[in-house]
Amino acid sequence: MSGPLRLEQVSITLEGRMLIPPLSVQVDGGQILTLMGASGSGKSTLLSVLGGTMAPVFRVTGRVWIGEREVTDLPPERRRMGILFQDDLLFPHLSVGENLAFGLAASVRGRAASAARIDAALRDAGLAGFARRDPATLSGGQRARVALLRLLLAEPEALLLDEPFNKLDAAMRTDFRRFVFEHAQTAGLPVLMVTHDQADAEAAQGPVLELLQAPEGTPVIQRSSGSGSLRKDTEVRPGKVGLPLATEVRS
Amino acid sequence: MSAPHVAHSPLWLRQAPRLTVALFLVPIAAGLLGTVLPAFGWLPAIGGRSVSLAPWKALFSQPGIRDAIGLTLVTGLTATVLSVILVFGFCALVHGRRPGRAGRALIAPILATPHAAMAIGLGFLIAPSGWIVRLLSPWLTGWHQPPDIASVQDPHGIALTLGLLVKEVPYLLLMTITALGQVPAVRHMDAAAALGYGRTVAWVKPVLPQVYRQVRLPIYAVLTYALSVVDMALILGPSNPPTLSVLALRWFTSPDIRMYFPAAAAALLQLAIVLVSIGLWRGAETLVAHLGRRWIARGARGTLLEPLAGLSAIAVAGLAGLGVGSLAALAVWSFAAGWRFPDMLPAHWSARPWSGQIGTILWPLETTLVVALFASGCALLLGLACLEHEQRRGVAASSRTLWLLYVPLLVPQIAFLFGMQVLLTVFHLDGSLIAVIWSHLLFVLPYVFLSLADPWRALDKRYARTALSLGARPRRVFLRIKLPLLLRPVLIAAAVGVAVSVDQYLPTIFAGAGRIVTLTTEAVTLASGGDRRVTGVFGLLQSLIPLAVYGIALGVSGRNRFRRHALGAQS
Repeated sequence: MSGPLRLEQVSITLEGRMLIPPLSVQVDGGQILTLMGASGSGKSTLLSVLGGTMAPVFRVTGRVWIGEREVTDLPPERRRMGILFQDDLLFPHLSVGENLAFGLAASVRGRAASAARIDAALRDAGLAGFARRDPATLSGGQRARVALLRLLLAEPEALLLDEPFNKLDAAMRTDFRRFVFEHAQTAGLPVLMVTHDQADAEAAQGPVLELLQAPEGTPVIQRSSGSGSLRKDTEVRPGKVGLPLATEVRS
Repeated sequence: MSAPHVAHSPLWLRQAPRLTVALFLVPIAAGLLGTVLPAFGWLPAIGGRSVSLAPWKALFSQPGIRDAIGLTLVTGLTATVLSVILVFGFCALVHGRRPGRAGRALIAPILATPHAAMAIGLGFLIAPSGWIVRLLSPWLTGWHQPPDIASVQDPHGIALTLGLLVKEVPYLLLMTITALGQVPAVRHMDAAAALGYGRTVAWVKPVLPQVYRQVRLPIYAVLTYALSVVDMALILGPSNPPTLSVLALRWFTSPDIRMYFPAAAAALLQLAIVLVSIGLWRGAETLVAHLGRRWIARGARGTLLEPLAGLSAIAVAGLAGLGVGSLAALAVWSFAAGWRFPDMLPAHWSARPWSGQIGTILWPLETTLVVALFASGCALLLGLACLEHEQRRGVAASSRTLWLLYVPLLVPQIAFLFGMQVLLTVFHLDGSLIAVIWSHLLFVLPYVFLSLADPWRALDKRYARTALSLGARPRRVFLRIKLPLLLRPVLIAAAVGVAVSVDQYLPTIFAGAGRIVTLTTEAVTLASGGDRRVTGVFGLLQSLIPLAVYGIALGVSGRNRFRRHALGAQS
């Protein structure tokens, strides 16, 4: 069980234009926070900021914590924030097993131990015996599962999902979504998911924030549908347009 | 919150771009200065201590100087203008018809062949006693003796122009094809065709303007090269008077050191000719663009262009034939035992030209390989460091950087190599292997970088982001993910580097101070002598090295564990 993922007044500006207005939010371990919004609205940029890999053209303020650990200024490889994209991004020059070994946390020592971990993970995902396969020979659904396994073997403390179900067909989508959510909840990870699919948001059974483009000026983030609770101090700054904002939080 | 992965780049990586620029701009700047000063009489080492116009008076009082300037302009401009027209005409005709693969396979060996070797081979083809005349004699021409015509080293520089065309057309073709891949050419052609435009016009009007922007720098590089080439001019050009660069080289290497002064003036004049030509070309671009815009707007379906494009395509095919034929001529001559004049092929074949030369081949071969591998290796390291730094910082290079890279290709070699030699002398580096490697690096680096940069930048950034988020340090991401995924372009870039290094003649002569002998300098020297078999051996060997290295690069990267990567797939 990880500590909560906490954003403190995180805002992103690109060339003077505010993409993400100051956002303070806490995602508890095992909880899935969904952020929705039109494409190009800066949702994915927020994930790259949290992951520490954004381009320097973005001006970023605020702080990010996982539990008691501040990760704001850490390089990406030391943040322990796993990220899943809509493509599986399995390294094509490595076998399935090597992909998993690449992600395997350094705490697992020894060839036998890591092979055992990898086999166990594959078995658990219904992919027993796939370790030596070329990722290109796997189906889309299988590859997606391997990508999640790889991420989990790195023992992250928070999970960032960048529309990871987008490219899967409807049937596989539901399956994989359940697979991801179950694993995240078993590991007790705070999850921040970006999507524009309402079904994703409903399946997450967590709070939903919506990033709205204001006609002029600053965009607005507001609490829309969704169940689950956000902490009291969750704050979404009002933008210029005076919409009723999600500062009202049920607890 | 800054981009945290930047701060963690090691110092040497952060300094890589600066180091790279310094490594190749400093010698050029210093070299230019070292040419400008003696061009105005200042070279204390040999007693020039007063600034004057005497070198220029000496230059213009040399016999044949005016003809040399005229020859330089005519050959250089003709070769460049024709190359551009032929390449565009060819592309207009064949674009979208996909003769692609076979065409590329044909131009690859021509591209890889050094200019000197190509010039020698072309000489073997078109000389009065060359292969073409032999193929046609005596049954067609009636000649039993080589005819008394100057088909190489002709006073008008036609053979030189032809040689330039054989080498530069494939280069521009490759650049144009690459650029075409970056614009929606086929869709625009289809759209124009739907409006009733014929194939060629449908290419020229909507596609060419988009492509031109991207081939502008390569065209300037060709213009510079064609105006100032030395090795090809020595082999195919007239000797009295020769082109301006050859004249300058002759004086720089003259035993009479007072000739350094007019030589420096000639080198500076050469620079001026190139810069003015580029300026004029730029002006012509604007004019053509202006007229072209009106022509395009008039909406004429002009069918006149169609036969023109057809002619261009025939000419390009002919040039490719000459290129391949030249390589074949080198090979045939190097294994000829006896080959009397009108015979189509040698009467006897023998490996003796090769075995007899082993003693003289080995040393230049080793030098050539050492210089090429080091120059290419250094260029690769610098290029990779710059690209990796750029990605870790997350900013793309500006177009200004691209211009910087092209500097060594837009300045005539003769204009700064003498000055650079003076600089090397100061550091007691002249005539050393390091000096030669460094001088090659100036030309190897741009090509290696240009061939590496596009595939490197095209790799999906999310691979690296994923790897980082899995806890891998940037160095591990570079070594375990990026490098293996980009193995093929990396090896090809290295092969390009080797080919460019093997191509260098003038830098070897100057930086090597005449003491470093490579296959290229040896081949050029032999070309003026008599024995075609020996020359053929050196010429063929010179062109086999780049080909062999390309072969190794493709072979190694093709032996990736999962076969499909041999196709360069990235996913």
